[in-house]
Amino acid sequence: MPQRVDGTALACLSVMLSYLLRRVLYAVPITLGVTVIVFLLVHLAPGDPLSAIVPADAPAEVVARLRIDYGYDRPLPVQYGLWLARAVSGNLGTSVATGQPVGPEVLRAVQNTALIAMLAAVTGFTLGILLGGIAGYNQGTLIDKLATGIAIAFVSVPNYWLALVLVILFSVELNVLPAMGMGPGGSEAWAWDWLHLRHVVLPVIALSAIPTGIVTRTVRAAVAEVLHQDFIQALAAKGLRAGRILPHVAKNVAPTALAVMGLQLGYLLGGSILIETVFSWPGTGFLLNSAIFRRDLPMLQGTILVLSLFFVGLNLIVDLIQTAVDPRIRRS
Amino acid sequence: MAEVGVIAVKPEAPAPAAILSQGYWALVRYRLLRDRTTLVCGAILLVIILAAIFAPYLAPADPYKTSMLRRLQPVFKAPYLIGSDELGRDMLSRLIYGGRLSLVMGITPVLNALIIGGALGIVAGYLGGAVNMAIMRLVDVLYAFPSILLAIAIAGALGTGLTNSIVALTIVFVPQVARVAETVTTQVRGLDYVDAARASGASTWAILRVHVLGNVLGPIFVYATGLISVSIILASGLSFIGLGVKPPEPEWGLMLNTLRQSIFVNPTVAALPGAMIFMTSMAFNLMSDGLRAAMDVKA
Repeated sequence: MPQRVDGTALACLSVMLSYLLRRVLYAVPITLGVTVIVFLLVHLAPGDPLSAIVPADAPAEVVARLRIDYGYDRPLPVQYGLWLARAVSGNLGTSVATGQPVGPEVLRAVQNTALIAMLAAVTGFTLGILLGGIAGYNQGTLIDKLATGIAIAFVSVPNYWLALVLVILFSVELNVLPAMGMGPGGSEAWAWDWLHLRHVVLPVIALSAIPTGIVTRTVRAAVAEVLHQDFIQALAAKGLRAGRILPHVAKNVAPTALAVMGLQLGYLLGGSILIETVFSWPGTGFLLNSAIFRRDLPMLQGTILVLSLFFVGLNLIVDLIQTAVDPRIRRS
Repeated sequence: MAEVGVIAVKPEAPAPAAILSQGYWALVRYRLLRDRTTLVCGAILLVIILAAIFAPYLAPADPYKTSMLRRLQPVFKAPYLIGSDELGRDMLSRLIYGGRLSLVMGITPVLNALIIGGALGIVAGYLGGAVNMAIMRLVDVLYAFPSILLAIAIAGALGTGLTNSIVALTIVFVPQVARVAETVTTQVRGLDYVDAARASGASTWAILRVHVLGNVLGPIFVYATGLISVSIILASGLSFIGLGVKPPEPEWGLMLNTLRQSIFVNPTVAALPGAMIFMTSMAFNLMSDGLRAAMDVKA
């Protein structure tokens, strides 16, 4: 059927554009709010932000000098403005612990985290859609109970413990997969070969447990609900085979599933800290961990800022995709 | 981790008329008593909670008493029932005592969030307008962080400690509860019987107390029970990376952390504290599902 460009189509387009614009504009105050919170985190910390680098017996004039160098002598709003202006231009400050710029270090860590987060997302979403779909189609049967049971176990498992159990099984007992690091000999240069991939297997399994469980539950509930709707009954009554009805089901489940998967991807990026600690994976979690225990506040601020902005951006993208997939959202 | 798909229960035989005539809570009780999974989970949780409360009477040994000679003893080797940890402390006693801190760290933030977030959400939803704007935008900003990241960031900035962990987790859960409370309150506020109550001269306070609270508390409560499982995992997670309670306190996450070095010597004992977190979290999750199904008005 040729695309009709008449009055209604144009009106529809303008409604959609205004929705998109509103959604993007809405993200601006949220982003600003996020930067305020990340900035204030430092001032939440008890004690002097300089205490990490200044020995207790340092002469007062040295401390005063450093305070001016780091800008901690200015009023808070001024500090925030300067910090934000610098952050926007890509300068996240200097690590108090190493004296190195924070930006490049965070960027390197984000790449490493993104690697396992993406692989875990692909694994978790695939498994989740399969399990959830099968369970939804076989509601109330033994298969359904099994899939639901697996899902609830995956949602409830502390993934840092699962990581430890995997290490015990595959590294300690069977000795087939490495327990830590990113490559042979602790190297941090990534390559797509088995020598490197085997380092990824256990962290990815541990990370994918929660998304697998949550996607399974979501898809199962959505599929079960769609299957009970009248139009599906009508399609079946019309004589459509199950294979031909599936696309209709998928189309109706997609918006819900997409929204949940988008959120999960964000949680994977921001929530891998515990898993990274177990596997000594050189990602953002590892960076956060060392920043916290060295009280390296610029590094802490920088890492959290980058991760949370990723999350905000991801949420925006998910919303936009969801609108594109589900026309009902635009109309409401 | 916040949005967990709701699983619709399979259509059951409707409750007998005798139950239905006794009202909503009789129906909820009737459904719960017939739900075996929920009953089993409730029993497991009851045992864990009672064991934590009565730990001094139940624990076979002092959970702090170390023994350099009997470190990392295997399971079922006398005098220990399930082995000893890296400092020779009795594992069973530490697991029993560990429930105290782990449960307190996991449940308190949810209770705090239930009160603070619930109040914020109900006020925002009922008053609407500028108040709603102010509260909900703040909630949105906090909601824009992944839970684990926010918890670790706040706990990391505040420093190690039980109170700091509880504060951090409370801040994580307040926006989530507030969102649910706001949505439900906004729905209830627009219903005819609220208009009718207002038209008949009921005060704002009376409407809030009788009509809004009565209908909003249920959903918020059910939502909060679902958060306990997440909260317990996160709380022990904070201890696991060294941000929660300090050694030598028995706490499941911290025990898992200190036993990490021992997985080559005694893997079974090293994995035990995590199994406790898993079991507790799963029981809370299943019970929350059961409660949700039993309290569902539509079914």
